[in-house]
Amino acid sequence: MQAGMSDRRAPGFWPLAIVFALFVVFMYGPMFTIFVLSFQGPEGGLTFPMRGVSLHWFHKLAEGLGTVDIGAAFRRSLMLGAVVMAFTVVLSVLAGLAFRKRLKGGDALFYIAVASLIMPSIIVSLGIGLQFRLLDTGIKSALTAMGAEGTLENYGTALGLLTSALGAHLTWTLPFGLLIMFAVFNRFNPAYEEAARDLGATPWQSFRHVVLPLIGPSVIGIGMFGFTLSWDEIARTSQAIGDVNTLPLELQGLTSTVTTPSIYALGTVTTIVSFAVMGVALGSAALLGRRASKRRGG
Amino acid sequence: MSAPATATHAATRPLHTIAAWWQAAPFALVFLLFFIVPLVLIGMVSLWDFNEYELIPAVSLRNYLSIFEGCSHLTDNGDFCVTLSTYLSTLKFCFLVWAITLVLGFAVAYFLAFHVRSSGMQTALFVLCTVPFWTSNVIRMISWVPLLGRNGLVNQTLMGIGLVNEPVEWLLFSDFSVVLAFVHLYTMFMIVPIFNSMMRIDRSLLEAATDAGASGWQTLWNVIVPLSKTGIIIGSIFVITIVMGDFVTIGVMGGQQIASVGKIIQVQTSYLQFPLAAANAVILLAVVLMIIYGLTRLVDIRKEL
Repeated sequence: MQAGMSDRRAPGFWPLAIVFALFVVFMYGPMFTIFVLSFQGPEGGLTFPMRGVSLHWFHKLAEGLGTVDIGAAFRRSLMLGAVVMAFTVVLSVLAGLAFRKRLKGGDALFYIAVASLIMPSIIVSLGIGLQFRLLDTGIKSALTAMGAEGTLENYGTALGLLTSALGAHLTWTLPFGLLIMFAVFNRFNPAYEEAARDLGATPWQSFRHVVLPLIGPSVIGIGMFGFTLSWDEIARTSQAIGDVNTLPLELQGLTSTVTTPSIYALGTVTTIVSFAVMGVALGSAALLGRRASKRRGG
Repeated sequence: MSAPATATHAATRPLHTIAAWWQAAPFALVFLLFFIVPLVLIGMVSLWDFNEYELIPAVSLRNYLSIFEGCSHLTDNGDFCVTLSTYLSTLKFCFLVWAITLVLGFAVAYFLAFHVRSSGMQTALFVLCTVPFWTSNVIRMISWVPLLGRNGLVNQTLMGIGLVNEPVEWLLFSDFSVVLAFVHLYTMFMIVPIFNSMMRIDRSLLEAATDAGASGWQTLWNVIVPLSKTGIIIGSIFVITIVMGDFVTIGVMGGQQIASVGKIIQVQTSYLQFPLAAANAVILLAVVLMIIYGLTRLVDIRKEL
């Protein structure tokens, strides 16, 4: 049947192939335009034509846009992304292992994670913002009651990058991590672990030397999800962050005020970071996979 | 499994369950602290009172009543009240985006699943479709500016070939650009689950349908669509919940001029009117849950017919 089919494309192939090609152009075309326009000459504007090619707008970006310190926001987002990645990997892998055993209330936990995934982000964000403001009120009145005026004066807010914003990001990244772990362990052959146990491996040894190498590439995938989703996240962060902003939040604010190609340069820079993370993740996953298969072969 | 093995398993099981709980505990704790508690607080504070300086614990329906104030009758201009017209506008976007992403996502997934034959090519094209998902949404929104703006590429082209004499104004910061951006951003959420469902369809069923004399369209409608139902529902839930709560896309692509439910909540939060924002969030959540419920019911009923 395969041979018969490959002689001629099935009916509907060409129309659908055209739809697909147009879809890819639709996906990548606009992104490519701002990539090109970010190298606009110093005289150029927000649209074509290109007036020369230069790195002018990248230099402008490095100097800062208006009152916004782009470099600081960049570093904050990078740091938060790395922390979110670490938490997402560790917590998802642990939860994935737990779900393989008998886990009382596991169903409820799974549905909560899915609910968090599809919950409109503004609601999650509002809830976390509210929670931390109530916490502030509570802490302040507790400090007043204790008569700790000095501490009270210095106390600002519990809202912050590594408190409320981290929590908000995790409600978005952890469900993805858990779903990936489910997909991994659905295809996982427990015979390897049993063999390790029969050979006298402790649970930690069998995890470290048997399970982890086998699931390694997927764990890297979870890390990539964790970082890139955090790096670009706006909706859940918006109400759940204190005085400082992450890079996407600054970017969102800049869309209505900046009228130079600097904003495209910023777009190019953040997209390059996303692509670099994807590249590193895919590269190391492929490397791990090859090493694992070589070991098994040899 | 041999008998001794079963015995040892039984002996270690309580221990295992405890260990499993310790492993799941950090994960569960995150959702308890940053999802369950905030939702409970929203429900609670939506009943509170507030003034310019502080939130006042109370149990009153004042916030809900003020949201629906004047909604029992049309305004003097014959319009609905603010809340109703905002919901209608958001639902309109929701429906348009859902319909377009469903058709487009289904077509792309169908092409990948049934027309691309080598699995290597299939993976490559699938990755090609999903890569934009890992890049910034705001960047993908503003990337339409040089194309759709007053002096953008589309207007330049249209005027160049003499189709229009003046730049078309409704291309950017309009309902059109909002829907376009939604489709651009979120078709991926349809493609992935539908593709996943399609890949699980037993290919011999399609052969059987063809052998039994079904036309291509009949196979599509009577075999593939019903078997892709799970993916279609999952994708629809994603797209609908995202659009219903959106304020970023509508804000940026609508030039901050178009109202949406999410935007109301965002503005009220930034003015620290938490009880009002919370009441709006509760109503939004109720509407979203009703849509999801209706969606799953609709499909189930059709299956039974």
